[in-house]
Amino acid sequence: MVDKIVIENLSLQYADGVESLRDVSLSVRQNAVTVLFGPAGGGKSTLLRCLNRLNDLTEVKASAGRIMIDGKNILDSKTDVIALRRKVGMVFARPVPLPMSIRENLTYGLELAGEKRRSKLDEAVERSLKLAAIWEEVHNRLDDPAIALSGGQQQRICLARVLALQPEIILLDEPTSGLDPISTGKVEAALVELKKEYTIILVPHSVQQAARTADYAAFFLQGELIEYGEGKSFFTAPKEKRTEDYITGRFG
Amino acid sequence: MKNIFTVNRHLTQRLGFTAITLMAVATVIPIIAVVIYIFAQGFPAISVEFISGFPHDGMRAGGILPAIIGTLYLTIGTAIFSVPLGIAAAIYLSEYASDTPLTRTIRIAIINLAGIPSVVYGLFGLGLFVLFLKFGTSILAASLTLSIMTLPVIISTAEESLRSVPQAFRTVSISLGATRWQTIRRIVLKEALPGILTGVILGLERAAGETAPILFTGAAFFLPRLPGSPLDATMALPYHLFVISTQVPEMPLQIQYGTALVLLAFVLTMNLIATVIRSRARAKRQW
Repeated sequence: MVDKIVIENLSLQYADGVESLRDVSLSVRQNAVTVLFGPAGGGKSTLLRCLNRLNDLTEVKASAGRIMIDGKNILDSKTDVIALRRKVGMVFARPVPLPMSIRENLTYGLELAGEKRRSKLDEAVERSLKLAAIWEEVHNRLDDPAIALSGGQQQRICLARVLALQPEIILLDEPTSGLDPISTGKVEAALVELKKEYTIILVPHSVQQAARTADYAAFFLQGELIEYGEGKSFFTAPKEKRTEDYITGRFG
Repeated sequence: MKNIFTVNRHLTQRLGFTAITLMAVATVIPIIAVVIYIFAQGFPAISVEFISGFPHDGMRAGGILPAIIGTLYLTIGTAIFSVPLGIAAAIYLSEYASDTPLTRTIRIAIINLAGIPSVVYGLFGLGLFVLFLKFGTSILAASLTLSIMTLPVIISTAEESLRSVPQAFRTVSISLGATRWQTIRRIVLKEALPGILTGVILGLERAAGETAPILFTGAAFFLPRLPGSPLDATMALPYHLFVISTQVPEMPLQIQYGTALVLLAFVLTMNLIATVIRSRARAKRQW
């Protein structure tokens, strides 16, 4: 399989001196679910936010290393971050529907990108809602405010909103942390379908979710990548003692 | 022993609660008293002629149309200068400015601007707009002076409502490929607009009721016609009220109270509009 993202020696420090990532190197395969997991403060979210340069909004003190996506270093100052963010979509832990209708939530990014044709927008709405497994539930009330939906539905709307932009990579930061098991199951099932077309990086909210969803898994501890490998063997026979201790619940 | 303490605590609580409730009620009394008193005294003076006619007999009779129109002009003039500037400053402070010496200075300046007595604004306006910039005693000079006075109110309320828009909306919008400005225009401003409008109206309402800042910069004692250009002086309700209450001997009381009632109605109407905007926005808000 092709490496979609190659992270080389990435280090990052926040302005308050907290070290968030230390010399992380990692290759992310195309059309697979790569899971980044570990205890809080490990640097997983920071890494995600590097991949679409959302960290630009925060004060980052020092960064070293490279992130190559399709062979181009996206940390380069010449990178078109707007185009990058359309290519690398993100779903957040708490669903945040924008204060507008379901339809407008889905077309928001496309309209910003300059798409005005109603037919194209309608097509994108239907396609992405179906991909996110929410079309059946909302197709007859697309003009209702998105906030009126349940938390689980909102999160799938947020996933659909990312899909509407036809990204290549989807980042998910604990997308099911606030959801009930049924909604969580729907999101996880959607991911299995989505990886056929997209490269997915997921920060799961539990080790169990990591084990359920991972094609590849990376274990982070205090800003360091401890172990990285194929999902199947990772959770049954980890190589590192610290990984095993975390997976089996000795700490965390 | 234990029983006595509990009884005492309940008693103290009830007494304290009653006292606080009474004080809260007391704050309403002055405003209601003022409105009722002015209404009772001034209403007999209100007539079609009073609203739409010019004063005559040394302002002891006739109407107050030039003062009403003048206050309207001054309010609009103030809005033209202070609203765009105030909102732009608020957007800068809330969305772009980081904590630097420059932005700290701007904030301190705004806070101090709000504390300056209005008569000082009047003198400043006289010096800068009337004399130095040679606008003369005019609607233009008075509007500019009132604008400076109104700016802090508009800036601080607008900044407050911009800041109350959840940060997550900005992050999500940026993550969907929006620029900062697109995010502000399409999400943040839209959501903050009712709050901003409320602040604008409250600021303008203050400007409409002020006497001191227009005293030296644009207000006329008496004009036989309506102002024809922004460089003309104008009559205005608060100044007219001051004039007929202190400068004109043998002034019929009824006309004074009638003028006060019109000014009060003008200001309370603006207040009502602000309240309606706010409550309707709150009902519609999606966060």
